[in-house]
Amino acid sequence: MKLAITRNRVPPSTGSARAINQNSQSSPVSGRAEKVLEVRDLVKRYPDVTAVNGVSFSVRRGSCFGLLGPNGAGKTTTVEIMEGIVKPSGGEILYEGRPVDRSFRDEVGIQFQSTALQDHLSVFETLRMFRNLYEHGAELDEVIRMCSLEKILKQDNRKLSGGQRQRLLLGLALVNDPRVLFLDEPTTGLDPQARRNFWKLVEQIRRQNKTVILTTHYMEEAYRLCDEIAIMDHGKIIAQGSPKTLLKEHFEDVVLEFPREDISSGLEGFPFPVLERGDCIEIFTPDVNQAVAQLVQRNISLNRMQVRPRNLEDLFLELTGKELRT
Amino acid sequence: MIKRVLAVMSARNLEFLRDRSTLGWNIFLPVLLVLGLGFIFSGDGRPMYKVAVLQDAAEISIEAHPFLTTRYVQFFSVNDPEDAVRKIGRHKIDMLIQFQPSARYWVNPDSPKGYILERLLLQADPDIERAEVSGEAVRYVDWLLPGILGMNMMFSCLFGVGYVVVRYRKNGFLKRLNATPLRPIEFIVAQVLSRLILIMAVTMFVYAGTQYFIGFRMQGSLLTLFLVALTGSVSLISLGLLVAARVSSEELAGGILNMLTWPMMLVSGVWFSLEGTHPVIQQLAKIFPLTLILESARAVMLDGATLAQVMPQLGTLLAMSGIFLLIGATAFSWQND
Repeated sequence: MKLAITRNRVPPSTGSARAINQNSQSSPVSGRAEKVLEVRDLVKRYPDVTAVNGVSFSVRRGSCFGLLGPNGAGKTTTVEIMEGIVKPSGGEILYEGRPVDRSFRDEVGIQFQSTALQDHLSVFETLRMFRNLYEHGAELDEVIRMCSLEKILKQDNRKLSGGQRQRLLLGLALVNDPRVLFLDEPTTGLDPQARRNFWKLVEQIRRQNKTVILTTHYMEEAYRLCDEIAIMDHGKIIAQGSPKTLLKEHFEDVVLEFPREDISSGLEGFPFPVLERGDCIEIFTPDVNQAVAQLVQRNISLNRMQVRPRNLEDLFLELTGKELRT
Repeated sequence: MIKRVLAVMSARNLEFLRDRSTLGWNIFLPVLLVLGLGFIFSGDGRPMYKVAVLQDAAEISIEAHPFLTTRYVQFFSVNDPEDAVRKIGRHKIDMLIQFQPSARYWVNPDSPKGYILERLLLQADPDIERAEVSGEAVRYVDWLLPGILGMNMMFSCLFGVGYVVVRYRKNGFLKRLNATPLRPIEFIVAQVLSRLILIMAVTMFVYAGTQYFIGFRMQGSLLTLFLVALTGSVSLISLGLLVAARVSSEELAGGILNMLTWPMMLVSGVWFSLEGTHPVIQQLAKIFPLTLILESARAVMLDGATLAQVMPQLGTLLAMSGIFLLIGATAFSWQND
């Protein structure tokens, strides 16, 4: 994707990193700011790359915390260290104020980015097998109902659609009735309908006061589900806070979007930043009236113009100078 | 712990039983091999006369006796006369001969090969003392059946466990299990039990089927034979788990498993007796679990050996299993390194 940024860059705001619980706007437990998980100076080095480089944050009980970033940003490594799957090179993870140990696995549910299941087993048999790995847990009927698995219980794992498979993987993460749920890129590869259905499931789970830690590179997903987010790039957190607060802090303008073919020329010396983004031309302005007046003056058609507020995709671009999905 | 082991074991059993092609292959291959090879080698397929000489190998010289210059006869040394006499009784060797302190030979009067060898020997040395050994001939198919069953167990245990664990690791299923309270030893025990139940069921089915359709010699106790198969399977499964403890490439696992199975198939006595082979080969064969399994299974089936008589082999197999499992559990990795 060709990017042509013609505006002044707002420098990444290191001042935006702060304690997550200061900016909650929609947490179901907004009255308390109890930390359930704390990540301190996490480092993970591989022979040829440092995947996680000094990451620190904390997660409030009952909140949904999102780790955002492009592929290779270090978010999956960070959550896998938190889950106890990967050993860190440095730093520590505290659960309920204590270093995590093997018993932590009884308390958490995990949905990996990609998980193969046993061939020739049905959905129910797979759920039953995972349920039996835990001493205590949820009633399978409840998990089945919550994840809408009733109609596919007898279906072979190999014959599930992408959405059905993700619902089953979510069900497996819930069989032990976890207090903390890790969801690593849970909707990658799903069609928009399946993705929205999955979001509804996560929202239902959140209503049970479970803490959710979500990694995603879908900004809409993070905006809709997360109380707090940390944006990662090159193994570091470059911004942290609630989505609305971060957007408010970084942006005072709105975006005017045009199909590229509507503006072939005429924007030279335009008083507001202009960005070519895919098939669109975007104009960023804090003063819509003035921008529209300028466009009319330059004989640019406004018929297909759209006005939208800034979103997390814009924020990522603002902070890193690159598209999130590249 | 038991609940978790049973959960993983049951799931693996279902996966195996519903994989029709694998199940069919495990059952029908050994049956077809026994039927086919039994037919091909019916009568007696061994082309060579085998004469054991009761003497150290280094001391055997063709000048010692004119009979030793006879062509198309394989002479080899033995030090255990009782074992050699027993094998003459079973037609596994055709004659035993000694020159010191007095010239003497043992032959089975019911053995056609023994009869021909005796005629040749008496032409060369009419005064040599004769001793008779009686015993019913062991058909090749009787001798072959334990080999085929053992070979099937070997492939099923090594590839069936090793490959599956490597595939689980490669596709991330082990990583998912690692996110649960399941411990490596629990996973390993579940795999051992799952494969053990399946391979014992398949082996008993094939045993019963071949006994019904073609019949074969069974001199010893079925319970002893069951214990031999059980112990042998555990040792082979443990070896498969050892191979699969860390490997995440199916190609590498396949290479290592082939490197283990081919020598066992060739020198453990699946197809032909190791009698008369080079002593180094015989010693080498003793380090393989399959050799111990076949030795003890044939001792029970062909010679009616008791549990006490095969205990040395079973003890060694159990010790091997313990070592393989210990190293495998210690080195076990849930995911790609």
